[in-house]
Amino acid sequence: MINIIKRRFLFLAISIFALLTSIVLLLAAGLNIGMDFSGGSRLTLNFEQAVTIDQLESELASIGYGTAVVQGTSSGDFIIRTEKLAADEKETLKTNLTAAFGQFTEKGFEDIPPETAIGTARVAVIGLVLAAIGIMAYITWAFRVMPKPFRYGICAVLALLHDVLIVLGIFAILGMITHIEVNLMFITGILAVIGYSVNNIVVIFDRIRENVKANPGASFEMIVNNSVTQTFSRSINTSLTTVITVLALILFIGTNIESFAWTLFIGIIVGTLDSLFIAPGLLVVWEKNEWHRFINWLPMFKAKQQ
Amino acid sequence: MTKNKSLYIVLSILLVLFLLASFIVFPLDKGLLGNLGVLLGRDLQGGTYLVYQADLSTVEAGTEDEIMKGVANVISNRINPLGVTESSVEIQGKNQIVVEIPGVSLTDAQKTSLGNTALLEFRELATVDGEQKWIPATGTIGGEEFALTSAYFKSNTSVQKDQYGKIYLIFEWDDTGSELSKQITTRLLGKQLAIFENGQPLLTEDGRTIAPTIQAVITDRGQIEGLGLDVAMTLSKQLNAGRLPVSLEVVYEETVTPTLGSDFVKLSLMAGIVGLFLIMLFMCLYYRMPGIVASLALIFYACLTLAIFKLIPVTLTLAGIGGFVLSIGMAVDANVLIFERMKEELQMGRTLGAATEAGFKRAWTAIRDSNLTTLLVCIILFWVGSSTVEGAQVQGFAVTLFIGVCVSMFTAITVSHHLLRLFIGTALAKKVHLFAPYIERKLKVNHD
Repeated sequence: MINIIKRRFLFLAISIFALLTSIVLLLAAGLNIGMDFSGGSRLTLNFEQAVTIDQLESELASIGYGTAVVQGTSSGDFIIRTEKLAADEKETLKTNLTAAFGQFTEKGFEDIPPETAIGTARVAVIGLVLAAIGIMAYITWAFRVMPKPFRYGICAVLALLHDVLIVLGIFAILGMITHIEVNLMFITGILAVIGYSVNNIVVIFDRIRENVKANPGASFEMIVNNSVTQTFSRSINTSLTTVITVLALILFIGTNIESFAWTLFIGIIVGTLDSLFIAPGLLVVWEKNEWHRFINWLPMFKAKQQ
Repeated sequence: MTKNKSLYIVLSILLVLFLLASFIVFPLDKGLLGNLGVLLGRDLQGGTYLVYQADLSTVEAGTEDEIMKGVANVISNRINPLGVTESSVEIQGKNQIVVEIPGVSLTDAQKTSLGNTALLEFRELATVDGEQKWIPATGTIGGEEFALTSAYFKSNTSVQKDQYGKIYLIFEWDDTGSELSKQITTRLLGKQLAIFENGQPLLTEDGRTIAPTIQAVITDRGQIEGLGLDVAMTLSKQLNAGRLPVSLEVVYEETVTPTLGSDFVKLSLMAGIVGLFLIMLFMCLYYRMPGIVASLALIFYACLTLAIFKLIPVTLTLAGIGGFVLSIGMAVDANVLIFERMKEELQMGRTLGAATEAGFKRAWTAIRDSNLTTLLVCIILFWVGSSTVEGAQVQGFAVTLFIGVCVSMFTAITVSHHLLRLFIGTALAKKVHLFAPYIERKLKVNHD
């Protein structure tokens, strides 16, 4: 087993690089904001004749819905997402589609006015902030027997923030090549991932707590590394079983909860790596007060030290 | 011996619990005990969900609650004639009305008619700024001006068809309406009177404006001629159900047909079964004997959780099932924690019995602390779901994951633990490789 903690600066450097890449991607490409947060309409249609997504998209563009997004589902339906349709606009749209592609059944319809969507977005943001504060407070409390327990809380939340930002970065890439959206189910997925990743972190921190008690004289760095090593296969195995079930969700339910399922898939993998390579590493960096090493290599700080 | 005896008692209780849970769970749609079925949300069994926001700006302060109750009442009355068996109309917050009709997806026309103010206005032709326009016809009572509307209809409006197949909407004026009608029809004798709804004139089937010429003074009852049968029927029902005192705006709507829902049920069932099977396979291959124990615990877990879903009952949405499927993956976590711990203990040369007890005892704090954070997140998710109009999915996920995590903690510390204790003292217990494969290949703990 490699000594993970010894290489903490390598892993932290990789993570900072990934973090910066994510931020650049988010600024450059942005995200596809779903109708939950921006308002809009979603029609689920089933056509009697064979129709392709391209045909539907070009027909929609020709009647003034150039920004409409069409997706196929695993059960052969098509989901059409547009800006919010008024009742008569929906009627016209359906008449046009019947004229172009023949009979179809409307299997589902969802409609969210932009004003409603703003309220939803606000609730989602509050939820995320509450989760971060709650977890930090809980971990600090759970590790209150340790010296400086708030460090555990803050390191856990930093690792979680890292996880969330990487997932957002990957969604920015996915958003360019697919129609995947950031919607309320994405936020649900993110919160589930937060709950799950912090799980892994807590298990490792719990081991640190136990090992510190059992080896009073040992160096903190060694104890942390042993704790990560001892819980390593457990972390990998539970993540593996959870990823298996998420894959089953993606394969069988697919499009209808794609944002949710992909968030879980990416988030659990990244979260597991964070809990093994980032959170314990940060703890040691803090304990040994090595923060200056993050900026030392910059020329201006180098000059100052000499 | 007493230890073994208590072990068998615990295992028998668990077996009874398992059988009971299975009786509750299977078959999924009905259940042998208590005839319970799994409740499905509208995304799975189809249905209509509408959230209206009432415009209370014109309402007198202090009467809002009364008005909202009235609105809910009118909407319920309008749903009844649609022939649906189950529906709920609830007031949410200060000014929202939530309409839920499970299993039925209303047509666009039906949805529009539900939230309609259903107010017919009588209008006369007048010249405004050199243009011919329909303006509200008014009369005066006690020095005050009143517009003539269907607000003064008695609630006995009906539809009649004469021998030539002509359709009539028959209505009767109340006292105020009768007085207004007398004044207006006297004034407009020989002139036209049109009928408007939501600012649009009522039209005949072939699209002409309905604006009959007044032949005689009307005091008590009148009729509107030329409407199509469907339109006339809907209108008469709406008029009788009562007019809405305030205007409503749809702030969220979702309709799902039952067929779309049944596809999801089948697919998510498959997802659950495949996920469960793959995890059991992995656990058996990787952990051998304990893996088999964990697989049994997992089946127990799935049954017990579904039984609880039925008993509470939990309304399962697509995301809710997602939460359940996900929780299967997470449920093995406690087992993995314990087995890894057991492996370490066996590595140090402990016997199976000692390793099992130590494994459970030492893994417990980690299981407790790590699951509590997931529960914390579930509570936040539940709040997010209940604070947003489209949050039913989020709420469903939060509830199933919460129950799942609680049940998984229970099954890990009862089922897995006691089943493993069965092996203690048997010939199998001596074959350490069955309980901790690859043990000799593992390096000792780092001491550098």
